[in-house]
Amino acid sequence: MTVTSNSGAHTAGTDVAPVTDLITVTIDDVTIQVPKGTLVIRAAEQLGIEVPRFCDHPLLDPVAACRACLIEVEGMPKPQPACAQTLNDGMVVRTQQSSDVARLAQEGVMEFLLLNHPLDCPVCDKGGECPLQNQAMSIGRPESRFEGDKRTFDKPVSISAQVLLDRERCVSCARCTRFAEQIAGDPFIELLERGAHQIVGTAPDVPFDSYFSGNTVQICPVGALTSASYRFKSRPFDLVSTPTTCEHCASGCSMRTDYRRGVVTRRLAWENADVNEDWNCDKGRFAFPYLTEGRLTTPLVRENGELRPASWPEALTVAARGLAAARGNAGVLVGGRVTMEDAYAYARFARVVLGTDSIDFRSRLNSDEEAQFLAASVAGTPVSVSYDNLESAPIVLLVGFEPEDESPIVFLRLRKASRRGTRVVSISSVATVGLTKVNGRLLGTRPGDEARALTSLPEDVRSLLSQPGAVIMVGERLAGAAGALSAAVQVAQSTGARLAWVPRRAGERGALDAGALAGLLPGGRPLEDETAKAQVMALWGVDALPAKGMSGDALMSAAANGHVDALVVAGVDPDDYANPQAARAAIYGAGFVVSLENHHSMVTEAADVVLPVAVVTEKSGTFLNWEGRPRPFAQVLRDALMMSDVRVLGMLSDELGVQAPMDVADVRRELGTLGPWSGARNAAPTVAASASGEGVVLATWRQLLDDGVMQQGEPHLAATARPTVARMSAATASTAGVTDSVRVHSAHGSITVSVEIGDVVDGVVWLPQLSPDCHVARDLSATAGTSVVITAGGAA
Amino acid sequence: MPLTPVITEHWDDPELFTIDGYRRHGGYQALRTALGMEPDSIIGMVKDSGLRGRGGAGFPTGMKWSFVPQNDGKPHYLVVNADESEPGACKDVPMMMANPHSLVEGVIIASYAIRANHAFIYIRGEVPEAIRRVWRAVHEAREAGLLGTNIQGSGFNLEIVVHSGAGAYICGEETALLNSLEGLRGQPRLKPPFPATHGLYASPTVVNNVETIVNIPFIVERGVEWFRKFGTEKSPGFKVFAVSGHVNNPGIFEAPLGITMRELLDYAGGIRTGHQLKFWLPGGSSVPMLTPDHLDTPLTYEDMAAAGTMLGTGTPMLFDETVSVVKAVTRWLEFYKHESCGKCTPCREGTYWITGVLKKFEHGEGTAAEVDTLQNLCGQIMGRSFCALGDAAATPYPSALKYFREEFEAAQRTSVDAQYPPEAAYVFSGAMAR
Repeated sequence: MTVTSNSGAHTAGTDVAPVTDLITVTIDDVTIQVPKGTLVIRAAEQLGIEVPRFCDHPLLDPVAACRACLIEVEGMPKPQPACAQTLNDGMVVRTQQSSDVARLAQEGVMEFLLLNHPLDCPVCDKGGECPLQNQAMSIGRPESRFEGDKRTFDKPVSISAQVLLDRERCVSCARCTRFAEQIAGDPFIELLERGAHQIVGTAPDVPFDSYFSGNTVQICPVGALTSASYRFKSRPFDLVSTPTTCEHCASGCSMRTDYRRGVVTRRLAWENADVNEDWNCDKGRFAFPYLTEGRLTTPLVRENGELRPASWPEALTVAARGLAAARGNAGVLVGGRVTMEDAYAYARFARVVLGTDSIDFRSRLNSDEEAQFLAASVAGTPVSVSYDNLESAPIVLLVGFEPEDESPIVFLRLRKASRRGTRVVSISSVATVGLTKVNGRLLGTRPGDEARALTSLPEDVRSLLSQPGAVIMVGERLAGAAGALSAAVQVAQSTGARLAWVPRRAGERGALDAGALAGLLPGGRPLEDETAKAQVMALWGVDALPAKGMSGDALMSAAANGHVDALVVAGVDPDDYANPQAARAAIYGAGFVVSLENHHSMVTEAADVVLPVAVVTEKSGTFLNWEGRPRPFAQVLRDALMMSDVRVLGMLSDELGVQAPMDVADVRRELGTLGPWSGARNAAPTVAASASGEGVVLATWRQLLDDGVMQQGEPHLAATARPTVARMSAATASTAGVTDSVRVHSAHGSITVSVEIGDVVDGVVWLPQLSPDCHVARDLSATAGTSVVITAGGAA
Repeated sequence: MPLTPVITEHWDDPELFTIDGYRRHGGYQALRTALGMEPDSIIGMVKDSGLRGRGGAGFPTGMKWSFVPQNDGKPHYLVVNADESEPGACKDVPMMMANPHSLVEGVIIASYAIRANHAFIYIRGEVPEAIRRVWRAVHEAREAGLLGTNIQGSGFNLEIVVHSGAGAYICGEETALLNSLEGLRGQPRLKPPFPATHGLYASPTVVNNVETIVNIPFIVERGVEWFRKFGTEKSPGFKVFAVSGHVNNPGIFEAPLGITMRELLDYAGGIRTGHQLKFWLPGGSSVPMLTPDHLDTPLTYEDMAAAGTMLGTGTPMLFDETVSVVKAVTRWLEFYKHESCGKCTPCREGTYWITGVLKKFEHGEGTAAEVDTLQNLCGQIMGRSFCALGDAAATPYPSALKYFREEFEAAQRTSVDAQYPPEAAYVFSGAMAR
């Protein structure tokens, strides 16, 4: 679906004129006031006048190439393009609604546009939602006068594994090429040749492997760009569409999810000026087959060592019996996929039903310092840094955070900001392409040395951080660099810069605010605070709350040593932890395991009871994005039978004789009653700065497209992922005698991959954390900052 | 009206293209004069001279220079448009071949006036001989201390870059030229902003035609009053007219603006012996055609406009009665179709469509309805395309129809080759023999 008109929200965001500077103009005899410099096409939209357009897009620079929007301006001899004509005070404009000049010009252009277009609407994916089709109907001639031969091209052309190009349908509006260049910063597609032979193309052997390529399919105003994933799947008018929120990361994109006959067919970026503007990433767009494929469909219970299907009543009874026995000595592990409402249900279930405070949503590298940091500075706080704030920031300092891979919409905003003058500085060990695209500067730092880098910032960076609007963004991997989060808080306090924590997974911030962390009650309430505790006890109708429980490594090792009688586990993959062996040992070591899951996993294999739960399309809910902004979404599949985590936990509570929320509405009511915590907060951590490991150390994070379970079943998307390579400096490679490929050894194992020499801090080797043939946690049991040994790899 | 060789005065000296040859005829004296003047007074002189751009549009040069903001802290650039590609135009290339130093001298003076320290000469890629001559002239000028730092002790610095185009007509459009020069795709840019404020590398830039720049040293050296003795009030000065087509003595004739085609035709030895003039174009294929009735119209910007055409490049093409207007228009449209850059819809699709229909007429297969369709299609391009290329493409057919409608009627029955045997139009005996 292509956006052909946009609300005034965009106008305010993209036209730079201050609202105070209003001018009076007349369009089709209607007089309005608009900010000086407003484009005719935007002002006409405000009056509800739809001027035809193809090349125009409110977030791309005007190009005035398609000429579909020609209008008449009084005093100008020729019709002018409404998409590029700025308004001056007193200007009198006539569109096709009141000017024959404009109408005839538009009709002429429409006739020209259809000249070489194949008019294959009946077999075109775009048919039914096509701006060319729609505008040809509204402004075009009933019949073409053209009798000649249309030019033809070979088609379709795969400009990437995911995006296919039909050059015959292309109207050369250059939206795709301008998006690639101006927005994504991936100018892998460009117009080639000239005249009627002008085509969109790529350089030989350099496909359009942009993380954002799917946006070009969406903004293509004809059916020239289609996706391998949706091609020939459906007619737009057969789809049921629902506004949704993306579950793939903490960016919090608005999306539209379309389904047909109970199966999701596609997802689109949906306009949200505050968050994702009009864009999303290819993971959000294309990684949805997991919603359907390989799902758990019935509860399972273990009998004689084997899991077997069971009825819900039976499974609930078995689970309740096991959990009742473990009351007071249980633990809950909640992964990043859960919604805020689900997380709240777990947080409540742990304290009220299981009688334990031992709960942790961080199914990844984590630390006590991080927990303390989150409790002090993040949990339950209102939005303090927004996407818009990034645009106006004099500097954005990234620490242990790679936006393009870990929060792609943050990356797009940073790129937009950097084009307007925001300085981006990154404390990291690799000068990535993503950093280049935001015109960023690397403060080269060995993993583990981030705290020291923060305490010894260059003077110019410190001084920019002291300016109003400065922002520091910290990523999830700082949990592994002792002292880094403490230092970040300290720098923020001393400079006045605002601090934002950007988790990688969609559910983390919501889980934090819902109280799915030991010692932290919903809304960021400290368990030690008597008022906070009283508020929660009143809401939950209990006389006491369990004492502070275990989280992180303490909980895992307690379970592994057989000291935890039961674990409730949801959305957790042991390989996501820094130490997968320990995670696996914890799950196998727990006395009784209840798994609430979508798909078969290592945890369901080990569980005593498996309860299938709904995926995002089968339930409603809310994600809190990195800003802390609630991103609620509705249930997509109306007839879905799967129950949400909230519901299943509600039934389980019922089975254990405790009344609990049974649906999202119940949870929202409780969260609303409670509200965020406004009292005293715990102190921020003051952990001493660590030093990086000896010798060569590992740098690693997850690339946007990798072997993540939620990306399975989409080979076209997977084929656009970045290749699995190790990155290191030339000096590091030559010291180790490494050339084409490298073998990275840890105490646990080794990984052999190809080498790409790059701008990497000496003595550091970077590996993608979970890419094909390179599962760092599983194969090396290592994290960023771990000392490794590198040797020549031989055949990779 | 007599011929007035000013620019072309010494073109018969075979050594003129060298710095010594140029200096023998007073070359680089104007530069010395100019460097002793205030830059603004040079701009004032050029303004007062009334010199109009010789590339085709005829925009007042001094006014263009005065649009460049001064003391803005940005670098300024002078770009010489030497991408002479207009069908029928052949004046800038001979100028660069015969007297490249006059261009270099003009560039230095113009750059000094607009405070540019970098100038670029963008030469059509198909004329390597001219590129080599200009490149050599720039090299010689640098060796002679006329380029580089502190030129002739004036404190003024200038470097000239000679850049070769790669074969696109559109790169003669000034903003497409700037894109090409920057290494971008040669397609025109959105205006505003105009090059005077946001030109090359988004900095203030003046783009001038070769002949325009070559006029500058004469204006500086001989004065405004002298310059205005030539031409008319609105079209002052002299013009290098390149006359081609069915004339006995085609070539370059320099005369004051205001000379008539009849006079120029006399200098060119008249129409081919035994033939009569059928139609002519005053300045390239992009201007509407005229007939023998217009032979006494003065060749000035204003008189040509009054006659419904344009002076354009001032390079008249003349055709005798052996030429099919239908075929001539078809060839021109084939050119525009081939050269359309593809950026805007009317030009890209319109030239594709019109050319196809014209080919039908060429084969005697046009229809009465298509005569009107073509007129209508040209109207759908004219004034609606992104740049002047589309307007140019929409020009030949309506003017041909205005004067020669009957030929488009005949071409509905008989192919033009049957009506106008091509051999009859050939001007070279070798071609005749074939």
